[in-house]
Amino acid sequence: MATTTASRTGSTGARPPGGELTERQRQEYWRYNVTLTTVLLVIWFVVTFVISGLMAGWLNNYTILGFPLGYYMAAQGSLAIFVIEIAAYAYLMNKKDEEFGIREEG
Amino acid sequence: MSLDKIFGLYTIGFLGITVLIGIGEKIGLFSNQMIGWIFMALSLLIYVFIGIVTRTSNPDQYYVAGRGVPAVYNGMATGSDWMSAASFISMGGALSAQGFAGLAYVMGWTGGYLLLAVFLGPYLRQFGAYTIPDFLGARFGGNQARIVGIVGAVVCSFTYLIAQVTGVGLIVSRFIGLDFNIGVFVGLLGVLFCSVLGGMKSVTWTQVAQYIILIVSYLVPVVYMSWTLFSIPIPELTYGRILQQNNTRALEITRDAKEKETRALWKQEADEANAKIKAGGLAEAEVEKLKAQAALAGRQATAPAASEDAKFSRYLTVPGGTGMWNFLALTFCLMVGTAGLPHILTRYYTTPSVRQARTSVAWSLFFIFLLYFTAPAYAAFARFTIYAKLVGTKLSELPRWVTLWQPAGLFSVVDRNGDGVVQWADFVVKSTDFVVLSMPEIAGLPFVITGLVMAGGLAAALSTADGLLLTIANAISHDLYYNVIDHTASLTKRLTITKILLIVTALVAAWVATFRVAIIVELVAWAFSLAGASFFPALVMGIWWKRANKTGAVVGMWAGLLVTAYYMIGSRFYGVSWFGTQTIASAIFGLPVGFLTIWIVSLLTAPPPREVQDLVTSVRYPKSGQGTKGDPLGRDLQEVPAH
Repeated sequence: MATTTASRTGSTGARPPGGELTERQRQEYWRYNVTLTTVLLVIWFVVTFVISGLMAGWLNNYTILGFPLGYYMAAQGSLAIFVIEIAAYAYLMNKKDEEFGIREEG
Repeated sequence: MSLDKIFGLYTIGFLGITVLIGIGEKIGLFSNQMIGWIFMALSLLIYVFIGIVTRTSNPDQYYVAGRGVPAVYNGMATGSDWMSAASFISMGGALSAQGFAGLAYVMGWTGGYLLLAVFLGPYLRQFGAYTIPDFLGARFGGNQARIVGIVGAVVCSFTYLIAQVTGVGLIVSRFIGLDFNIGVFVGLLGVLFCSVLGGMKSVTWTQVAQYIILIVSYLVPVVYMSWTLFSIPIPELTYGRILQQNNTRALEITRDAKEKETRALWKQEADEANAKIKAGGLAEAEVEKLKAQAALAGRQATAPAASEDAKFSRYLTVPGGTGMWNFLALTFCLMVGTAGLPHILTRYYTTPSVRQARTSVAWSLFFIFLLYFTAPAYAAFARFTIYAKLVGTKLSELPRWVTLWQPAGLFSVVDRNGDGVVQWADFVVKSTDFVVLSMPEIAGLPFVITGLVMAGGLAAALSTADGLLLTIANAISHDLYYNVIDHTASLTKRLTITKILLIVTALVAAWVATFRVAIIVELVAWAFSLAGASFFPALVMGIWWKRANKTGAVVGMWAGLLVTAYYMIGSRFYGVSWFGTQTIASAIFGLPVGFLTIWIVSLLTAPPPREVQDLVTSVRYPKSGQGTKGDPLGRDLQEVPAH
């Protein structure tokens, strides 16, 4: 993500006691979140509607693991990409929380 | 004992008992019907046992399982909450009948979790309420938004619940020959034991147990099938080759002279039936019968490929034009509906922290993915069995699975042209459910595996019913009674009301299910569209746009709901058609209307008060320290014992 370097400096900066974020940190945190969300949604859209939908007929001319590629993307490829996307979201956001010193108990 | 250990032992125990029953079958100790009984009794006993062990009267435990469900287990619970009788029993068959077009379900019902993960899940957890109407009430100040939420939650969940109850009845009557109506009530007893005794806490742990049964039983037959055909136990890798073989066979069948002859006979039958309808002067019942006959004959007369020199059979053909529009629209509606169903959203209130909520959505999708990733393999293997093993055999030498399952009435093998040989057009499918149900026998597995599949189907239906039942009861007792009608009601009183509602709702659902209304399956699809068009825009805007206000949300939810309902009813009954869109994808119109209305109406009216805007801000940033527990508005604190 483009904001990684900026946020790292932000997160190591002084924080008010009690773990509350400063206004600047909040903005940074939210910007990171919005960027990540947007990127994931763009991938989601392209994979679902363009590759597995509109382009599937053309992709069927190619073969992967014995599958026609268009069918493969709609039946398996897209699903696998969704799983990876959500896992990446959870991993990256949770890491960001850590970076910003947000530690929930539970 | 740790959770991992408990559920590890449980899984091993369940597999061990399955093996023991298998040995019992081999030495002739158990008849098929007895095996069915054993599996049903065993699984119901497990669910009742969990219900008793986890009983509770603490509100935090009862409504949100004490917010103490670790991400992995919440993922499993969501998985079985999500995967219904339809996913388990019907999806493989639907894919086998529809080919590529059916993949809209596979993508829609998984891709929706991405929307849930990035738009809603973690934020709802940070808010930390008990129900979805709770969030709507707090965010859009007051009872109006809450009441729309209650109505939406009850209507969506109740139609969905009836379908699950019907599923239970079908499974029980099909496998152990119990009367449908009795089966429905027996199944409900199991559900009630969990939800009444321990609310969300019991339901959660039962759902975890149910997930394990359902995923094992779904995978075993198809993994074994892949193993016998390719010596590779991963069907997801091997069915590509099956698809190609199926395609070749489909093209051969399209060209085959005997097949053409059979198809011509079906075509003739369809034409005759249609001619009779056209001639008129028949009673309504007679016309309906002829219409059904014409539809069936017409289906049988359809060749597996569009033309003799086609490259792909219909199965692999990607639709174009209106077909593609409907494919995309349906995929989108199913995704949004997935992210808008209240009984799924509530599950993310039960994790200990926002972080675990995020991880939990990931686990949910992974556990759901295991089944949906495999469903197309079921479809391909079933087609393969018919193309390669059934077509061309003599009628006097039908395979075992055909003779075993034909009496169940899901399909029949006829000899249309009287040549004593089975043609593809001779295989008449009445319910595609046969694909999953008869797969163990198709693969040549003993009956014990069929019993296991029954237990899996039962688990899928009951686990979803559990979650839905709880959502309905909470919407009425917590949201409507406590929050709208009587704010001073004591905790004991509220929990008592919830418990009574659970029993009443379950009984009403069972009673409605005994009418076997044909439209139920359709209604479930409608529930998706309605949830997608009403909840999704309001929840997303509530979290992502501070300026969204009460008037906007209330008007927007109604607008989304009404536009969707208008198109649904219009297209289903009165021939309304916008861009040739199917009824099932109605939310494609209601959803944008919902979003736009919230946006425009909010801008035209005053911004929400300061404290509501602060609430939105607080939902966006997880806090350090103690994760939110209990009621976010502090109402229950005096009554909640220390955690």
